[in-house]
Amino acid sequence: MPRPEAIVIGCSAGGLTALESLFADLSPALPQPIAVCCHTGSATVDLLCELLDKHATLPVEEARERAPLGGGVIHVAPSGYHLLVETSRRFSLSVDQRVSFARPSIDVLFDSAAEAYGEALIGVVLTGANSDGAEGLLRIKQCGGIAIVQDPADAEVPAMPAAALERAGADHCLPLAAIAPLLNRLCLP
Amino acid sequence: MNKLAGKSKPTDTSLEDIEIDLFVRALKLRHGYDFTQYAPASLKRRVLQLMHAQQTGTVSDLTTRVLHDDQFLTLVLEGLSVPVSEMFRDPDVFSALREQVFPVLASYPQINIWQAGCAHGQEVYSLAILLEEAGLYERTQIYATDFNEAALRHAQEGIYPAREAQLWSRNYLAAGGSHTLADYYSARYELIKLDQRLRRNVIFANHNLVTDEVFCEAHLVLCRNVLIYFSDPLQDRTLALFRDSLVRGGFLCLGTRESLDFAPSAADFVPVDAARRIYRLDTRAAGRE
Repeated sequence: MPRPEAIVIGCSAGGLTALESLFADLSPALPQPIAVCCHTGSATVDLLCELLDKHATLPVEEARERAPLGGGVIHVAPSGYHLLVETSRRFSLSVDQRVSFARPSIDVLFDSAAEAYGEALIGVVLTGANSDGAEGLLRIKQCGGIAIVQDPADAEVPAMPAAALERAGADHCLPLAAIAPLLNRLCLP
Repeated sequence: MNKLAGKSKPTDTSLEDIEIDLFVRALKLRHGYDFTQYAPASLKRRVLQLMHAQQTGTVSDLTTRVLHDDQFLTLVLEGLSVPVSEMFRDPDVFSALREQVFPVLASYPQINIWQAGCAHGQEVYSLAILLEEAGLYERTQIYATDFNEAALRHAQEGIYPAREAQLWSRNYLAAGGSHTLADYYSARYELIKLDQRLRRNVIFANHNLVTDEVFCEAHLVLCRNVLIYFSDPLQDRTLALFRDSLVRGGFLCLGTRESLDFAPSAADFVPVDAARRIYRLDTRAAGRE
């Protein structure tokens, strides 16, 4: 199996706290780009980046249209837009209809990233209140990537990881505290 | 030894990509609509959505209908343009237009504004209201263009679901509107209809940014969240088209998340309000007299 070349993460309700703790435990030496889709309700992406950056071991920034995914950078989807990864491994944005009532939608990010990275992709579904991300995680698995799902029993809101488990299944189903160590192990050279 | 062993079958993904490529080429060859320079990830999503909506088993089935069923084109264009917007989306952009751009526009005896990619027209009406309240509308001509005829008809009618009105009213006030949005529409059943007087200085016209050329002389071009669907070369070509349409010192307003980092033509524009993506044609660039 090739070493993963990118990580995509999706979450909604309870996501901010979960991401803060996950990002605090990631190795600052991770060479892969990370793209995050977090439904934030009213919070702007600026605020989200600022909050996450306080805890993260890696730099956090808003994903910029047309920019290449940056190694060792956490890219956050801007509010109000779908975030996609082109096969050129650059970001693009869309204002197409909401998917699963969400824009940005986790499914949209995961689907496009799966096509761009194939088996060299890790998808992570964390706490959340709806089923966004389940289809996308299935796509990641179908393309040969690795699926990680937070154990619903451990999640602040279990619906999203439970839906992902049911639709896609997981290569690893773990409590939040065990996910960063696993990512470090899978991703560090 | 079996020579085929170890030779992997193409995955579904790559087969889909071949089918989409053929679909896009069929659309171009048969009907002249060119999506070959659209950003691939979103285009693929839209084609697959169209496939699901039409309940055809494969993208190739869509291609067959594109080639043999002329009625199908309307549905395809609707599916591939998916015009989603709201009135006064990003209210601070509209305040910035009023505060930073309108005072300059006010110095012209006749103001021409090109709204490129107007979709269902929410921004056309927003702009007309903004101009009306600034006392500039009487001497303004708005050209609202789109490549999708059905969208243009929708824009002309100005009828939208009433459930949108609440958000749009909030946006309008946040943009600094001086009345209430309800002054500009009538509500009936589940729908609202924008005051058709707002249309009096709007020309709705079919124009395709991919294939069509300059058609007017504009003091302001608004084109928000359209270029995000274009590849780098097409984005660049379109910016050059805007440059060639603008008067000297004319303004350009793009979507707030759009990036000009990969477009050489962006060098002809200087930011007026970078965060809100409002630019002005550089005085050194050749504007129209």
